[in-house]
Amino acid sequence: MEADSETRRRLWAFGIIGFLLIVSVWYYAKNPMYIYLVAYTWFGFTYGVLQQWGRFCFASAWRDLIALRVTRMYIGIMIALVILGVVIAYLEVQGLSTFHPAPLGLHELLGGFIFGLGMVIAGGCATGTLYKSGEGNLSSATTLVAMMFSQALFVDVGGYFDKFLKGYVFKQPTVRVSSYFSQYGDAKYFIGDVLINGFLVVLILLGLTYFFVTRKDLMEQKAAAAATADGGNVSMTFREDLAGFWGMITASKRTAIAGALIGLVAGLNILVIQGLRNRFSMDNFGTALIRMGYTEDVSRTGRVFDPGYWYITSQEAQFGAWFLEKLGMNMRDNFFFGVTNGLPHPLNNPLLWMSFGLMLGAAVMALLSNEFKWKKPNRELFTFAILGGVLMGVGARIALGCNIGGFYIRAAGGDPGGWVFFLGMGAGAFLAVKGMTWWTERQLSKIDLDLEIE
Amino acid sequence: MVKLTQKGNGLYELDVKGYVCPHPQLYTVKSLEKLKPGDVLEVVFDNPSSNETITMACNKRGYKIIDKSSNGGVFVLKIQK
Repeated sequence: MEADSETRRRLWAFGIIGFLLIVSVWYYAKNPMYIYLVAYTWFGFTYGVLQQWGRFCFASAWRDLIALRVTRMYIGIMIALVILGVVIAYLEVQGLSTFHPAPLGLHELLGGFIFGLGMVIAGGCATGTLYKSGEGNLSSATTLVAMMFSQALFVDVGGYFDKFLKGYVFKQPTVRVSSYFSQYGDAKYFIGDVLINGFLVVLILLGLTYFFVTRKDLMEQKAAAAATADGGNVSMTFREDLAGFWGMITASKRTAIAGALIGLVAGLNILVIQGLRNRFSMDNFGTALIRMGYTEDVSRTGRVFDPGYWYITSQEAQFGAWFLEKLGMNMRDNFFFGVTNGLPHPLNNPLLWMSFGLMLGAAVMALLSNEFKWKKPNRELFTFAILGGVLMGVGARIALGCNIGGFYIRAAGGDPGGWVFFLGMGAGAFLAVKGMTWWTERQLSKIDLDLEIE
Repeated sequence: MVKLTQKGNGLYELDVKGYVCPHPQLYTVKSLEKLKPGDVLEVVFDNPSSNETITMACNKRGYKIIDKSSNGGVFVLKIQK
């Protein structure tokens, strides 16, 4: 019985991989330029595999740190960030980077805050929602749908988002730390973007995490071992602090390895996409779509959403808008779809294929490790999923990106705006954790059980 | 619906199947806070990422994981306070 189920799971997993291979060959046979879309798809697949294996979710970084004093994910994303930073700097020197900074302003703080609230309520960040959907979690899939439609409607209805973009966001400067170190030639990317905006900030954040969380716990353990009443007389030597800091970094090897691999893959993603752009003499997939005759798919400027690196939310917005357009709504009379990102058919949207690939990669990994399970949300989880999804969708659009495009890639590439988003995300997560803790205690208090309280 | 039931003397079961993060880990820690030292809590959940978080949260608080198992996407952690 168990052997049958294992065979079935493996068949499903290899079936999914086979499906993606067939789709890849079909696209290539249709037109060799589709290799660009195929590349995005397989990078998405790899992110999904790594995220599922490493339980890699950016929501967990702030949430578990605040709610449970668990540091593993916070450390994981810092490792991923530094490694991606080094790769981006190297690619900049080689002239093979697709990275570009975004307008720096308070919209990133506000968007990050709203996104942070949403990710804790929904139970996963933008990528976490995708990979958990791949594990069979229908609560996460509900969040995904809420993100699609909330974004699409938010950027379109009433024209308010256009006013916000033109009246505020586009007036903000774009900043990249390396630009302040031009006198050092190509080394400016390593000094400004990697060392200062990456490594230094990460070191400060990890130092603070160690000092206020891990060190406190270690002191408490030491006090308990020394049987001192209040632990007030316990102190740590420098050597103990170093060992404690290293212990914090390596506490979850799986998360640390997943972080390192995600950083490398995200860098390789940039290299491959830029290589393909060079190969096809284009800087955006919109050019390829026009050459193939799909002029309806592109925006008025002949472009589609194609950042050249890992991204999650904008393609979800495009899918939501594409669906709403099919229902008769005009979704192109706005700046977001009409001018910059276009509304490609889902089969012609490379970033949407990346997200689909991510879900399938997570599904394959979950199937092979016997962790795949369909999970239907009850009314409580359904409400959280919708509310969290709407907040994440709105937050991501205000900040022009989510935990990946708004924080991870930006901060790794030397854009301090990524850290502004991260700060906002932390504040939102803090408030949401307080709410979720209150909710948990309230639900537990309803359970009629004669527990002996200490 | 979350279920917390007494299965025996000092043995409790917390069933949070179907729940996504952060519910399994929050319910586990909050339930353990209510138990006596030495009591055992069996947590049943199906959200894979909660596995490592619950383990680390328990280690930090000095709660012992005395048994763990998983089958078909359902995890069981036996935790002693």
